[in-house]
Amino acid sequence: MLTVENLTVQFPGRFGTFTAIEDVSLTIERGEIHGLVGESGAGKSTIGAAIIGLLQPPGFVSNGSIHLGDTDLLILGDDEAHQTRGKRISMIFQDPQTSLNPLMTIEDQLIETIQTHEDISTEDARSRAISLLEETGIENASQRIKAYPHQFSGGMRQRVVIALALCTNPELIIADEPTTALDVAVQSQVLDLIRGLANTRGIGFLLITHDIGVIAQTCQNVTVLRGGQVMEHGPTQQVLNAPEHPYTQSLMAAVPRLDVKLDRFLVPDTEEGVETAPIGRSAEDAERWLRSGDEMLGQGLSMEGVTVKFTGARDSLFRKPEVFVALDDVSMTIRPGTVMGLVGESGSGKSTMAKVLTGLVQPTAGTLKLNDSTLPLARQRGRKDPSRRVIQMVFQDPYSSLNSRHRIGDILAEPLWLYGLENDRAKRRDLAAAMLDLVGLSADAINRYPHQFSGGQRQRIAVARSLLARPRVLICDEPTSALDVSIQAQVLNLLKDLQARFSLTILFISHNLAVVRQMSDDITVLKSGKVVEAGPSEAFFNDPQADYSQELLSLTPNYVGQKGVASQTLVTEV
Amino acid sequence: MMSRFFQSDGVYYFLRTPSAIVAAIIVVIIVGGAIFAPWIAQSNPYDLASFSLMDGLLPPVWQGGDPRFLLGTDNQGRDMVSSILYGARLSLFIGFMSMAIATVLGVGLGLAAGYYGGRFDAIVMRIADVQLALPAILTALLIDGISRGLLPPSVQQDLRVVVLIIAIALSLWVNFARTARASVFVERNKDYVQAAMIMGQRPSRVMLRHILPNIMGPLLVIMTVDLASAILLEATLSFLGIGLPADSPSLGTLIRIGMQFQLSGEWWILWVPTIVLAALVVSINILGDFLRDIFNPRLR
Repeated sequence: MLTVENLTVQFPGRFGTFTAIEDVSLTIERGEIHGLVGESGAGKSTIGAAIIGLLQPPGFVSNGSIHLGDTDLLILGDDEAHQTRGKRISMIFQDPQTSLNPLMTIEDQLIETIQTHEDISTEDARSRAISLLEETGIENASQRIKAYPHQFSGGMRQRVVIALALCTNPELIIADEPTTALDVAVQSQVLDLIRGLANTRGIGFLLITHDIGVIAQTCQNVTVLRGGQVMEHGPTQQVLNAPEHPYTQSLMAAVPRLDVKLDRFLVPDTEEGVETAPIGRSAEDAERWLRSGDEMLGQGLSMEGVTVKFTGARDSLFRKPEVFVALDDVSMTIRPGTVMGLVGESGSGKSTMAKVLTGLVQPTAGTLKLNDSTLPLARQRGRKDPSRRVIQMVFQDPYSSLNSRHRIGDILAEPLWLYGLENDRAKRRDLAAAMLDLVGLSADAINRYPHQFSGGQRQRIAVARSLLARPRVLICDEPTSALDVSIQAQVLNLLKDLQARFSLTILFISHNLAVVRQMSDDITVLKSGKVVEAGPSEAFFNDPQADYSQELLSLTPNYVGQKGVASQTLVTEV
Repeated sequence: MMSRFFQSDGVYYFLRTPSAIVAAIIVVIIVGGAIFAPWIAQSNPYDLASFSLMDGLLPPVWQGGDPRFLLGTDNQGRDMVSSILYGARLSLFIGFMSMAIATVLGVGLGLAAGYYGGRFDAIVMRIADVQLALPAILTALLIDGISRGLLPPSVQQDLRVVVLIIAIALSLWVNFARTARASVFVERNKDYVQAAMIMGQRPSRVMLRHILPNIMGPLLVIMTVDLASAILLEATLSFLGIGLPADSPSLGTLIRIGMQFQLSGEWWILWVPTIVLAALVVSINILGDFLRDIFNPRLR
């Protein structure tokens, strides 16, 4: 149905022409879900944009052809292309928050879309809209259709977006990371819906994602991209379980496994090779310096009965504002020198826990303990409190956690200066350079700015910064969820190494159960601000006790040992 | 170092934006002329000995005037070119000074308001609201009146410039405070600021060393746009007679003087300073727009 042949897309720019897509071919049949997988910058979204005709200028198709049925999409005029785009191809975007107009009701948006492409009465359009909403699994659709987008939850909103894409009864839907912004439970519902639509309506889907698990769950065929080129393509089962291309093999090896804990990740060979060209100072200097700290023993961290309440905005002078309970009587003990994994869906209070421990949020009740001595709560914790140095944090987004206006050397020297660990300016620079070597970066990076580094390299810099405070406890809030799998594997390996070598205590926060399994000794599961289950990690993964934990585990996509989901879809292929 | 400057995005896009190039040339000519006025002007309009009443009301050269006076003379025999250079000098000085004071005051208060939030924020922002409700002219009149009441008459003449600068700065700082505050609200929740706070850095250091460099983009744009507003405000006040007196003319004062001759045929006394003022303000605004585009890649 859709045939893309030898597609090449180029972006002319100031420093020469950049070829985003090179010689890509793929076909999608009726009712087929075709996965397009690759790391960031691989050109996945560019292919989608080229098919639907929404390439960002100055990008253009320099070679190849795109056919939908018998229509050549590339030779269409503007008006025809616009018609085709709406009527025969639809698109689902990543973020359901921004792909709906917040000022229009669902009804208005659906009816508007239907009437744009078809000359039918508003009444007919409305009944079509309601039946579409019902088809996408929205209950009580005739009532709910009057609502505004913000009155739906994230998953419901993505259903509405899908209904919107179905309005014109398209032949092909391009879904660009449709579940990346959603929690696992909601993700699996949305993927079910997509599978159902492919089966019942015979719509072809191009599913763009970076998540191998999602591919395994939904797609019949998959194309693996890297640097704008097709590395491998074929039936999902074959590509995922018996990859032929070395890149695909290493990519699969880097995906954290949910079913078994491995000591180290196999790191695929990427351009982001670990540079080692130290200038004078080397990792040994940094290691010696780290070990010369007075208290090398692991330090335990615990919280007891912590409750955090946030007051909402005051909407009336005479009524008290509503109170939101972010954490409800939470207790947790991290043993010295171990890794505690903290899992939960978005909004479960994971990050709030990190903020309580680092002293950014004042709990309403509860106590904290660092190695048997009381750790002051946020407002009582002075700027000079020793725990400020002992507890360090690694943030999720390496793009915002480093000040983009400072040089790497200055960023790294800051903790040394602030905590008075090293008073000599030149020695601070030396130590910063040595620490860069320890985390696997070239020491000459100290003269550069953060934007000159990739995400994974920045995360290494962030880790180096926290190490330069000579910490005993690291709080890692989703440290790899903004990174590609291969980079994620490298950063996780680094954290594991450091943890083992310096017996650090780590609180590892993640929504990804597979990553947590690889990292942690113990585990705490959080739901709506309450601890659902806590205990040793391996015991949890082998035999989860709480209903919620079991549900969470069963919903997490897993490409190996997949419980027949992928094969099931293969059977029902149209 | 220099080669890096010439390869930067700013220079690259500048050389591809004709309007910005023209605007920059105009600004450089006027600002350069103003700075070097004492050396390039043929006469000093403040010095009675350097001009003669005999040369009064000569038209520009292309209308058959004296070749010594390119743009003609006014009724006192002062060379228009010299008057404009000296006038622009005063206008630009007042504009720059009031913009600088407004920047320091506004950014300082905005940073602190955004960082601390709560009651301090509410108080600063309500003061800003009140300030916005008062027209600049009213503020200038108020300060002018207070200074007249408090200061002895001998000092008053000398302090007219200071009074003007303070009055203009007071009506401009709100822009800076609001922009800085809004930007701080965004930056404050970014991880690098949180990291600095977790480390236990002093609030002043977090604000000045971490947040400020990251919000400079929008502030630079406001600085250029507000420089133009400050120059216009000064011209307005001087035109209305609240600003500078006739013996130390800024562009605004020159325009006021020129008004008298508008209908009697000596058009150049009014129009030449007016065109210079308009060209200056428009050019600065175009440069401000260009800067905004540079700092916001999405508009490119």
